Amino acid sequence: MRTQNATAYRFLTPYLLIFVVFWIWPIISSFLISFQATRTVPWRFAPAFNWGRLIGDPAFYNALKNTLLILVIQVPVMIALAIGMAVLLNSPLLKARGLYRFAFFAPVVVGEVAYSAVFRLMFSLDFGIVNKLLNSIGLPKVDWFSNVTPAMALIMIAVTWRWAGYNAIIILAGLQSIPEDVYEAATLDRVSKVKQFFHITLPLLKPVIVFCAVLSIIGTMQLFTEPFLITERGGPGGGTETLGLLLYRQGFRSLNFGYASAVAYTMAGLAIAITLVQLWLMREPK
Amino acid sequence: MTSRSQARLGRSILLHLFLTPLALIWLFPLWMMVVFSTMPDNGIFSPGIELLPHDGFIDNFNNLQRDTNFVGAIGISVSVAVTYTVLSVLLTSMAGWALARYEFHGKGAVVAIIFGTITLPYAVVLIPQFIMVARDFALANTWIALIVPPLFNSLGVLFMRQAFSMMPAELFDAARVEGVKEWRIFLFVALPLARPMLAALAIILFLASWNNYLWPLLINSQPGAMTAPVALGTLIGLTKVSWGGIMAGAVMLTVPMLIVFVLLQRHFIAGIAAGAVK
Repeated sequence: MRTQNATAYRFLTPYLLIFVVFWIWPIISSFLISFQATRTVPWRFAPAFNWGRLIGDPAFYNALKNTLLILVIQVPVMIALAIGMAVLLNSPLLKARGLYRFAFFAPVVVGEVAYSAVFRLMFSLDFGIVNKLLNSIGLPKVDWFSNVTPAMALIMIAVTWRWAGYNAIIILAGLQSIPEDVYEAATLDRVSKVKQFFHITLPLLKPVIVFCAVLSIIGTMQLFTEPFLITERGGPGGGTETLGLLLYRQGFRSLNFGYASAVAYTMAGLAIAITLVQLWLMREPK
Repeated sequence: MTSRSQARLGRSILLHLFLTPLALIWLFPLWMMVVFSTMPDNGIFSPGIELLPHDGFIDNFNNLQRDTNFVGAIGISVSVAVTYTVLSVLLTSMAGWALARYEFHGKGAVVAIIFGTITLPYAVVLIPQFIMVARDFALANTWIALIVPPLFNSLGVLFMRQAFSMMPAELFDAARVEGVKEWRIFLFVALPLARPMLAALAIILFLASWNNYLWPLLINSQPGAMTAPVALGTLIGLTKVSWGGIMAGAVMLTVPMLIVFVLLQRHFIAGIAAGAVK
């Protein structure tokens, strides 16, 4: 095909302008800002200023630790749950499929603010419906907001509720692309359903599951709204502060753009590392 | 009954016994959102267990409107989401069309840069975007600030590029032979053919804009310029505030989207399954 530069760029340029101004340039710019002392006017180049502070900042380690802890627990639990939902929703034995799909997929359309508000109310100490229900079956109330462990658990429960169905949708699409005859052969050979799941379904779903895991890790890594609104600015006492929240506090409360950019680039570094692991996991077997 | 169909029935019962409680747990927060939105505050904060809606929605809505101009904020949210969706669908489908159907210098580089940066966290661009829009362009608390920067989203480009490249070339070549201009081919041949994909993309983009919180929180923080989620968010955590009102707001943000979801489930799921958002 002959090249069609003029025509192609007429279609491409409007988007490309926005993409460069609001995505590519900020990616470069935030890297540069992370090497500047930004609380002086004018900003001055000071390579170790923010990064040096980052390395010695207990608040950064606290946020990093909380973020990684949420990642390590919440993402695997949610992906496992999503696989379970997808497999069961795909079962030919299921009646009233539409109702179940609605139940699991509905949280996908619910905004962060709306659901944060509901979770906050549902889990409140004395009047929250969750504690009332715990009480009614003889269990003690849990103080979800004043202690770190329950507060972290609450954040993970909330995020899992919001995103499990989203991942189930993607996994279900992957399941439905597995050809039926793979299973027919296994059934003829009297391979049990459980064995079929572990030896056929899971290996064939691996690309989809890795994709979901990477999306979820990158999403959870930037967690902001839930600890901001549900546990009230990362409370109790920074117990649920995440990197996203630290970035917000440093960048937009203290207006310390340089330091916040260093935090942002730490997240970017983690994301790049995770993407490389994904590419390695997905490499074509030789 | 044969033992095989008995086993099938047993498995079916087990499946429903497991899935039904899980589905109820999953629906519970949404149900409680509706219930809370109809209860007075002294009902929400009372020791009894209330699981059924009352009749206080209008009172709660009035309380919400007293706490913040929520109707105004909804107006901003709707206008912004509609404008953003139209612009984003147009821009990304044009770019996707160029990448799918033309050979040109720099094509490889454009595709590589889009793919290479797609997994970078949004947090990375937040600070420069804020400095640029708020300080350099002095556009904080305007509609432009809410609509234009989020248009960078490249998932739509990849989605539409995929859609256009799956169409057979003969469709467009026939028109070209007759001397039809390229932009007419795009508008009147390609776009109508891509209608299901455009619908999926539009729904996902609308939802993303409607629910967007962090960017509007940062850039449009003045009361008259807030979107609905931001306005609602400012109330959460205040001491003298109507929680029934907050829940009424949450219902107003959520229920329309749930209805759209039920009506357009197929497009929704197609959009999400293609990884078109997040």
